[in-house]
Amino acid sequence: MGSHHDEYQVQPGKILTRPFFILLFFVLVGLALIAYRFFAGVGAVTGLSDGYPWGIWIAYDVATGTAFACGGYALALLIYIMNRWKYHPLIRSAILTSVFGYCLAGFSVMVDLGRYWNAYGFFMPSRWQGNSVMFEVALCVMSYSTVLIIEFLPAVLYTLEHSKWKWVRESSHWLYARLIPDTDALRNGLTNVSKAAGHLQVRLDKVLIFFIVLGITLPSMHQSSLGSMMIIAGEKLSPLWQTGFLPLLFLINCIFIGYSTVMFESILSSFGFKRAYEVHELSGIARIVPWVAGLWMAIRFGDLIWRNQIPTILTFDKNALFFLLEVLLIGGGAFMMLSRKNRLSPRLLFLSGALLMLGGGLYRFNVYLIGFNPGEGWSYFPSVAEFLITVGIIAIEILGYLTLVKIFPVMPNPKKHFAEEGEEMVEETAGQVAPGGVYAGK
Amino acid sequence: MKSTTRRDFLKMMGMTGAACLACAAPLSASTGPAGESETAIAMLYDATKCVGCKACMAACKRVNMEQNNLSYEYLPTDGDKLWDAPKDLSGDTRTVIKLYKESDTRFSYVKHSCMHCTKPGCVSACPVKAMTKDPVTGVVAYNKNACIGCRYCQVACPYNIPRFQWDKALPQIVKCDFCKDTNLKAKGMPACSETCPAGAIAFGKRTDLLAEAHNRIKENPDRYIPKVYGEKEVGGANHLYLAAFPFQKLGLPELKEESPAAFSEHIQHTIYKGFIAPVALYGTLAAIALRNKKKQEDLGHGEDD
Repeated sequence: MGSHHDEYQVQPGKILTRPFFILLFFVLVGLALIAYRFFAGVGAVTGLSDGYPWGIWIAYDVATGTAFACGGYALALLIYIMNRWKYHPLIRSAILTSVFGYCLAGFSVMVDLGRYWNAYGFFMPSRWQGNSVMFEVALCVMSYSTVLIIEFLPAVLYTLEHSKWKWVRESSHWLYARLIPDTDALRNGLTNVSKAAGHLQVRLDKVLIFFIVLGITLPSMHQSSLGSMMIIAGEKLSPLWQTGFLPLLFLINCIFIGYSTVMFESILSSFGFKRAYEVHELSGIARIVPWVAGLWMAIRFGDLIWRNQIPTILTFDKNALFFLLEVLLIGGGAFMMLSRKNRLSPRLLFLSGALLMLGGGLYRFNVYLIGFNPGEGWSYFPSVAEFLITVGIIAIEILGYLTLVKIFPVMPNPKKHFAEEGEEMVEETAGQVAPGGVYAGK
Repeated sequence: MKSTTRRDFLKMMGMTGAACLACAAPLSASTGPAGESETAIAMLYDATKCVGCKACMAACKRVNMEQNNLSYEYLPTDGDKLWDAPKDLSGDTRTVIKLYKESDTRFSYVKHSCMHCTKPGCVSACPVKAMTKDPVTGVVAYNKNACIGCRYCQVACPYNIPRFQWDKALPQIVKCDFCKDTNLKAKGMPACSETCPAGAIAFGKRTDLLAEAHNRIKENPDRYIPKVYGEKEVGGANHLYLAAFPFQKLGLPELKEESPAAFSEHIQHTIYKGFIAPVALYGTLAAIALRNKKKQEDLGHGEDD
C-alpha cells in the first residue's frame, strides 16, 4: 500500500458530530467501570465464577473481535498472494479496522487479567512456556498488533508530510502571547517533521512488503491457535465443538469472516458517509465467500459425522439449537452470494456480510462460552457492568475509525477508482475537459 | 498469470491444511497416559474412614493463610464470626469436606482438593510457568510472582480445582500444593494429613499408596466400590480416592484416561515443531508476494506517483 497514495482520500467532514458524542458517552461509561474494576476486583464488575472463568471479554472481545478484525488479513491474502490488485484501494480501511480490533482485544485482556502487573513475563524468556497455546496466541497477537500499526503507518506519514499544520498554527496563534514566543522556530520544527515523515516514508515503502507478509503469517498462526486454546478444556466443551480440527476450523472461519467484514463495513461506511458503493470490488470478494464458507462447512460436518455427533444435534437441546443457528447463519449468508445478481446488490452484500459475521462469530462464541459447561451448579450471564465495558470498547473502535478516516487518507478514492477502469479513455478526454474539468480536479 | 498464482495459493493453503490435519492424528505413544515417576508423593483419601469433622479444613487454612492471602468465610447467621464455613473450594479455601447423603443411614463425606495430575492441564495451559509440576515429587504448585491471572488454568482443569480471588484488587489463584512450602517443609506431611483424627488421609509415595488402596479393596470388597479414583483419570493423579459410592455421586467427574492437555500439546507441537512450518509459510508467502508485487510494478502501477 506504499506508493499508491492517490488510491486513498481523507474523508471530508467535521469530526465532532452527533454520533461522535454519543459514542464518546459509551466510551466514558466503559472507562469508568474499568477504573472501578481495578479497585474492586474482577468479580465486582462481572458475572464470572470459578466454573466460568472466562466471559464475554474473552469470548467476544478477543476470540470473536479479532476475527471481525481479520479484514486486513483476508484482503492482504487476496491482493498480495492471489495477485488481485484491484482490491488494493479497500485495504487501508480494512487495516484500520484491524488495528482497532486487535489493539482493543489486547486492551480487553489487560482489563481481564487478574495479575496484570505480571504481564511483563511474556517478555522474559525464562518464563516462556512453550506448551501453552495461550503463550503462542499472546506473543502472536502482540506482534501482529505492532505489524498492523506499521502497515497503517504510510497513511500517517503521508498526512504528516503533506499537512499544512493548520490546527497547530491556529492553536499556537491562540497561545501566542503566553507560551509560543517564536513562530519561526515552530514553523521550522513543523517543516522538519514533514520532511522527516517524507524521508521515512520512502524507506518504509521499500521494506513494507516484508511486514505485509508477516501480517499474513501471524494471523494464520494465532487464529488457528485461538481454536487450539479450547482443546485443553476437554470434556467441558460440548462434543459439538470439541475436536482436533478446532485450529483448522478457526483459521478458515476467520478468512470468511474477514471478507464478510470488508463487505459489511464498506457498504455501511459508504452509506454513512454518503459515498458511492464499491459494488464492483465487493462483488469480486463476495464471489470467494461461498467457497471458503463451503469448505468450512464441509470440514465441520465431516468431523461431526466422523465422530458420530449427528445424534447430538438431533436432541435439540440448548447446544444443538445454537449449533443450528450458527450453521443457518453461515449457510444463509454464503448461499446468498452464489448468485451473481445478488452480488451486485449493495443491500444483499451488506446482509450477507452481516449474516456471515453473526454466524461465524457465533461459532467462536459457542466454542468459548455457550458450548462450555464446567459441570453442575455453575452458570454464567454477563453482568450489566461487564456488558457495558464491552460496549465501551466497541464504541472506542467505531469512534476511532470515524475520527481517523477524517484525518488520514484511508477511504478508497472514487476518482482514482473509476479512472483505472478505462485509463486510455480518460487520458484522451482529459485534454478536452481540462483545465477545470472532472479529472483534472484537485 | 492468474492461474499460476491461484495454484500457489492452493499450495499454500494445502500446506497449512496438512499441518492442521496432522492434528487429527491419534496420540503418539510419548504423550499417552504416562505413569507417574517412582519418586512421586501422593495422598490417599478414604471416604469410608472420614468422619466429617473438618479438622483438615481448619488446619489447611491456618497453615497456608499467609502464603495465599486467605480469609475466613463466615455465614450470615454467624454474627460472632466464630466458624469458618466455606461452602466450596474458593479463593479463600484450598480444601473442603462435603457431604453426600443418599438416605438417613447411607451417606458419605468427600474431600475436595487438587488432584496433582500426572499430566496436569493447568501446567500445560499456563503461559508464564506460574503452574509447575515438580519432576521428583510430582507436586503441582502455584507461583503467584509469575502468575498474570489469566485463569486459563481454571479453563484447563477437568476437576475445577484452581480458584480465583474474584473480590480482591490484587488477586491470586488458590489451590492445594501439598503444603509444599509450609507444613510439608516443616513437618514432612501436609497439614490435613497430619491433623486427621480418623486416619482417612494417608500420605506417602504414590506407588505405596496405590498398592495400599488396592489392598484395602481386596480385603474389604463390601466396604468399597472396586475402583481407585485418580489412578487413571486423565492420565492419573497423585491424589487417590477410595469410597463406598460411585465417585460421580460424590461430585468427582467421570473422566477418560486420555489427557486433553497431552492432546493439546500434541497438536501444538505438530504444527510448530522446530518452528519450521511458520518459517516455511513466511518464506513461501514472501516469495509469492514479492513476485506479484514486481509483476504489478512492471505493469506500471508502482511508479505512478
